[in-house]
Amino acid sequence: MIENRPGLNLLAHLVLVLGVVVVALPVWVAFVASTHSATDFMSGTVPMWPGPHLVENYSKMLDSGVSTSGTPPVARMMLNSLIMALAIAVGKIAISILSAFAIVYFRFPFRGLAFWCIFITLMLPVEVRIVPTFQVVAGLGLLNSYAGLSIPLIASATATFLFRQVFLTMPDELVEAARIDGAGPMKFFRDILLPLSRTNMAALFVILFIYGWNQYLWPLLVTTDAQYYTIVAGIKRMADAVDGLPQWHLVMATAVLAMLPPVAVVIGMQKLFVKGLVETEK
Amino acid sequence: MKRTIFNNQLLPWLLLAPQLAITFIFFLWPAGQAIKQSFLREDAFGINSSFVGLANFRALLDSPEYMNSLQVTAVFAVLVTALSMGLSLLLAVAVDRMIRSTRLYTTLLVWPYAVAPAVAGILWWFIFNPTIGVMPYVLNVIGYDWNHISSKTDAMILVVVASAWKQISYNFLFFVAGLQAVPASLREAAAIDGAGPVRRFFDITFPLLSPTTFFLLVVNIVYAMFDTFGVIDATTEGGPAQATNIMVYKVYFDGFVGQNIGSSAAQSVVLMLLVVTLTVIQFRWVEKKVEY
Repeated sequence: MIENRPGLNLLAHLVLVLGVVVVALPVWVAFVASTHSATDFMSGTVPMWPGPHLVENYSKMLDSGVSTSGTPPVARMMLNSLIMALAIAVGKIAISILSAFAIVYFRFPFRGLAFWCIFITLMLPVEVRIVPTFQVVAGLGLLNSYAGLSIPLIASATATFLFRQVFLTMPDELVEAARIDGAGPMKFFRDILLPLSRTNMAALFVILFIYGWNQYLWPLLVTTDAQYYTIVAGIKRMADAVDGLPQWHLVMATAVLAMLPPVAVVIGMQKLFVKGLVETEK
Repeated sequence: MKRTIFNNQLLPWLLLAPQLAITFIFFLWPAGQAIKQSFLREDAFGINSSFVGLANFRALLDSPEYMNSLQVTAVFAVLVTALSMGLSLLLAVAVDRMIRSTRLYTTLLVWPYAVAPAVAGILWWFIFNPTIGVMPYVLNVIGYDWNHISSKTDAMILVVVASAWKQISYNFLFFVAGLQAVPASLREAAAIDGAGPVRRFFDITFPLLSPTTFFLLVVNIVYAMFDTFGVIDATTEGGPAQATNIMVYKVYFDGFVGQNIGSSAAQSVVLMLLVVTLTVIQFRWVEKKVEY
């Protein structure tokens, strides 16, 4: 509905601009802090405008990190995060699309039971059963490995549901046509289902990449070897270690680097992101 | 249900195998272990364990710390949900009036979704840092002495703000979608009848938005209860004096730092029951899809 109330429109703009400022404030402050040197914080308050040490601080963190904190260079931690996020996103999509295919296009005994086994994972977030899950992973010797970082987080009911929903809306004529043409199930899957669900996969990938990158508790527990630290988990160790002598400019540089990739994904692929967000909640 | 299906019997199991294997090893087995351990008590060396029935659960009920944690979790969840949903609704209603600038504002408001809870915690920890932070400086001007390291209230405000901030973008997107689904004809009819914008919002838009609101209510409670571990650990670590020790944090702390496996397992079981309840409520409601 279009309505001509200039006063109200102005108010709406005001609310939105304020909202944008509040939302951006913490990141602005962090960015500003990351461009100053340690001595700039001695005066008592954080400066509000960027300083001259941007390149210096960031290249120091990426290349060498804070040696006293026992964390590896940030570039290394970002690489670990990237590997973990990609493994989780690709792994989840792969195993979910296969199991959704099985559940929708086949009739076999205990199909309902298999479905429920997957459904129940929705109710067991890792935070809730953290101690026994850690024991299992430790028992399998997966601590301090990329497999230990990603595989336990790969099972996902949400992704399976999403693909099940997508497959259910696909016309039955597709299967009939494929069968008349003599295509077996795997050929049908590869040549018809996969291409048709490409956008759903992309949307899901965006959401899962963010999910994987932002994991915190799990990497904190399964990595004790600094070579496997992820950036989101490493930042806490860094903040703890520098507590004595405040190196806030370096911690904030790391924080900015930690949020850069997922934020870039959300802004750059906004359409897919929104699609993924809405679909996974159905 | 599909009319046409494939007839193979072995193939579907092969397709399901990877997911079922991971589900069994990393979900069902640990959950079973948690249930088992919740009925056991380990000796001081962790070598022998004996069956103690419901003793672990009874100990939880008798523990003032656990009761405090329940209360803290409830307060925290309510505050995070109210703050973040209130702000998002306000922003969504404002954006709904816009025609050309919708996309721009949306882009500027959605990105905090991508910030990890732990990083959000660090950011707000820095802003509220008693010695060099921006907010304590501002608060000092109006005469408030901010210190989240010693004040329980300040610590709670800090974790609530950090958690709500991260969730605004999510709620905002769903409220905007909900608002767009409200039929324009109803609002137009009300406008013709002489209802002003405020009246129209409360009598028409808000009631019609209730499915979205309810859905977000559940999602936000789940978020506040289970996904805010990073915020707590990166900032207050449950302190000061247990003031921000929410249940998921306590499970971790008692299990890993306190090494009290039995109690931690009992807490896991309680949390699982909570998630199951919330999930069931959510699914029930989503399936019903309240309509008018």
